[in-house]
Order: sequence, then C-alpha cells, then structure tokens
Amino acid sequence: MRPLARAAVVLLYLFLLAPMIVVVLSSFSNDAYLAFPPRHWGFAAYGGLLRNEGFQSGLEVSLVLGGIVTAVTLLIGTAAAWALARTSIPGRGSLLAFFTAPLLMPTIVLGLALLLVFAQLGLLGTLPGLVFGHSLVALPYVVRLMLTAIRGVPASVEEAAATLGAPPAAVFRRVTLPLIRPALLAAAALAFLASFDEVVITLFVIGPRLTTLPIQIFHYVQYRADPQVSALSVVLIAVTILLIVVIDRSTGFMRTVSR
Amino acid sequence: MRRWTGAVLATPATALMVLTFLLPMLWLARLSLDRSEDGGVLVPALSAGEYGQFLGDPFYQRILLRTFELGVTVTALTLVASYAIALFLFRTRSRWRAVLAVLTVSPMLISSVVRTYSWMTILDDHGLVNQALIWLGLVHRPIALMDNLLGVEIGLVQIEMPVMILALMAGFARLDPTLEEAARCLGAAPWRAFLRVTIPLSAPGIVLGCLVTFVQVMSSFVTPSLLGGGRVYVMATTIYQEALETLNWPLAAAISIILVVVFGACLAAYERFARRWAA
Repeated sequence: MRPLARAAVVLLYLFLLAPMIVVVLSSFSNDAYLAFPPRHWGFAAYGGLLRNEGFQSGLEVSLVLGGIVTAVTLLIGTAAAWALARTSIPGRGSLLAFFTAPLLMPTIVLGLALLLVFAQLGLLGTLPGLVFGHSLVALPYVVRLMLTAIRGVPASVEEAAATLGAPPAAVFRRVTLPLIRPALLAAAALAFLASFDEVVITLFVIGPRLTTLPIQIFHYVQYRADPQVSALSVVLIAVTILLIVVIDRSTGFMRTVSR
Repeated sequence: MRRWTGAVLATPATALMVLTFLLPMLWLARLSLDRSEDGGVLVPALSAGEYGQFLGDPFYQRILLRTFELGVTVTALTLVASYAIALFLFRTRSRWRAVLAVLTVSPMLISSVVRTYSWMTILDDHGLVNQALIWLGLVHRPIALMDNLLGVEIGLVQIEMPVMILALMAGFARLDPTLEEAARCLGAAPWRAFLRVTIPLSAPGIVLGCLVTFVQVMSSFVTPSLLGGGRVYVMATTIYQEALETLNWPLAAAISIILVVVFGACLAAYERFARRWAA
C-alpha cells in the first residue's frame, strides 16, 4: 500500500478507537472534574464508584432485570424457535417476521408506544413493565439465534432417538439440548447485553424509584462529566468484553467477523 | 399432534410480542389522530391535526430539516471514513488482520451511553483536543466542540462506522481483484480503476451501509441528547420532549409515525435495489 493510503488508514483507526483509549486513560484520575490528561493520576475515581449510591442501586436493578429478561426470553424464545423449526404450525414465515420486526423499528418509537400502553395498564415505573420492555428488545435476537441452531441439528438424529423409544421430551432433553447448548449460551449473553445496555426504551418506562445503570449514567452526564463516569465506563467495557468472550467461545463470533 | 405442540410452544412469545409490540404500535397510530389541547388535555378525535402542526409549523419544519441534514451529512462522512478501512481490511494479508477486524467492530458492542460519554473526554472544554490545541498555542480559549451540532456529528460518525464497515465488507465479498488488475493492464490509472471498477462493484455494500446508517442517525437519541448538550433538537429528542415534558402525546405519536414512514421508505428502496442486483 502506498504511504499516503497507509497514513489515512492509521488516522481513521485512531479516530475509531480514540474514544475508548481516552476514556480508559481518563479514568485513572484524582481530579474532581473531567480533564484530559488528568492533573493528578490515581485511583480515586474507582474509589468514588464504590461510594456512589445512585450507580450502585442502578447496577443492582440492571443486573436483576438483565437476569430475569435473559431467563424469560431464553425460555419463550427457544420454545418459539423450536416450534418454527420442527413443527408445521401455519404461517411460520410471517410469525418469524413478526418476532424480528422490532429490530426494524426505531427504538424511540417503540419506547413511546410502550409508554402510551403502559400508562393505561399501570406498568410504568414497575419491574414487570421494565421486563416487558427489555424482553421486546432481547427476544428477536434469541429467536433468530436459536432458530439457526435448531435447524442445524439434523432431524435424523432426533428421529433415531425417537425410533429407539425415547418420548419427545426425552429426545429434546437428551439429544437436541446438548447439541444447541453453545447457541443457548450465546443467546443468553446477547439477551443479557441487550437488556443491560438498553437506554432509549428504558427512558420511557422507568419511574423515579426504579432506574437502571445506563439511565443513571445518562442523567449524570447530562449535568456533569467527571472521572467517575470514566471509571464506570471502563468497568462496563470490561463486562462487555467478558460476555463477548463467552459468546465467542460458544459460537466463534470472532471467526465470523474476521472472515 | 405436532401442529398443536407447535402452537402451544409459540404462544408465550407471540403473546409477549402482541402485548409489547403490536398493541402499542396500533395504539400509537390511533393516538396520533387525537388532538391535544393546552395543558395536555387529550381530546379523542380522528384528525390529521398533529401531523399538520408538525409539517406546517416552521419550528417543527426546521427540526425535520435538521434531522434530515444530520442523516445525510453523517452518512456521507461515515461512508468516506469507513470505505478506506473496509478496503484495507479486505485486502490486507497482515497476520494482524483478525485482531484488526475485531478491533474495528468492538466499539459496536459497547453501550451507547458509554460510547457517547467517551467522546466527552475528547471534545469537552478540558478534553483531549482542546488541551492539545492550547498546549500547542493554536488557541487561547477552548473552542466549542460539543453542546452543538458539530459534536453530535463527530460522535455519530464514529458510532456508525463499525456498522458501515461491516456492510461494505459484505459488499466487497463479490469484488474480484482480477477485474481491477484487468483495468490496470488495459492502461487505466489507479484512481480511474478505483472509480470505474472498484466503486461500482461494491455498490450493494455501499447502499446497504448508507441506508442502515441513515435510518439509525435519523432516529438517534442518546448522542444528540448528550453531545448536543440539550441545544440540538432532532426528531427523536422532540418525540421524547413532547411525550415526557410537554405531555403532548398525540404530537409525539404523529412524529413517531412520520419517522416509521421514513424507515419504511428506506427499507422499500433497499428491497428494490437488492432485487435489481440479484437479477
């Protein structure tokens, strides 16, 4: 490659990755406000995190919510995917389109629509309301991933087990389930991430007493930016990387991307 | 029997989607035809009044136009910035290729709030760029890089780049390097081979990437809210304000429907392009 093109690519990569690099560096600061480079380097921002009650309660809500959403969508999403792949229910094509349609909608519109209906049902600012809202975002990913996985299991293997006398439930538990376990793990990680990172829909359905971590950060940085947010960002990035590694080890995400 | 098992198994997911997607969207469409009177009083009606207000009032017209301009500007800048990286990733034989590919898409996997915040550490008055400019003596006072449209554009371009790069790489898959070589052998200058061979052949990826970027920017909320410092009004921030601050739900619903129509139009346009290339 010619030097000019090479320089351009390096500069563009710098632009793409600079925010992540600077946020990590700016978290090691003892300053009271955000400044880069920090006037005093140190770990005070991370210490401040441990004393920030808003962030901590937000983290608790986000973890509990993410756990529930993951369990719910994995259960009903896998059931739906199995029905789509292995049974002859009518309208399978349109049902799949229906399950993945929310991905084609602006989240700001989904959020407003949920606000309007939840206001009538008294679900605003409640945990069930949040679970419903986040499941809407997570379910399309779970259905898609599990459908691909279940279709990848040869029907002949299941049929062999059934011929040898295994009842349908046993076939699923002893044959299908072990074969789709990697996909289940990946779907769980994706569903959790979808819930854990969700901001826009959440803004519409939360209440004053029940707030998730991304919303806490959103409101916090609207008024001030200090190294604590950088430290929190680093923690969240680390959690994300951890989940990606989980997904990668089970489905080969990196191989898919780099191919 | 399998028919029944299937129906039973698909029911919970279908019910969830009806409750959280189908019903709310229908409700939203219906509410957009209601009227809102001063003080947030909701008047059931069947009128296009709120649509008229949004499309007719100069204040809202400016918001619509600004959102559209933001979509076009960011999409164009993202395309230029991404094309070079995508082409490099596609062609390089470096053993770091896999690592670079993962690094390229990695920002996509990080929370939008965190990604937007990370731009504050760079664009803030005390951020990297202003500190560097002052240290170099180029400026005496920090220049405003955020809390304005410029900051929103910078942030959005970087946030949209991974998606655009993925779309472009998918388009390059049908790029046969021998065609470029043929153009060069027949005497075309490198830039000419690039303009006449490489770009047209990667057009499907370009269109896909541009459409995805455009609709995402048109509906973006977090970045305009945070890097705009509450001073940049686009469609998504207006929906939020009308819904939760002014409490004018019919207007918020009408703007949402307009946004959905834009989305639908872009998807339909892409379908047409995709069919033409498939043929």
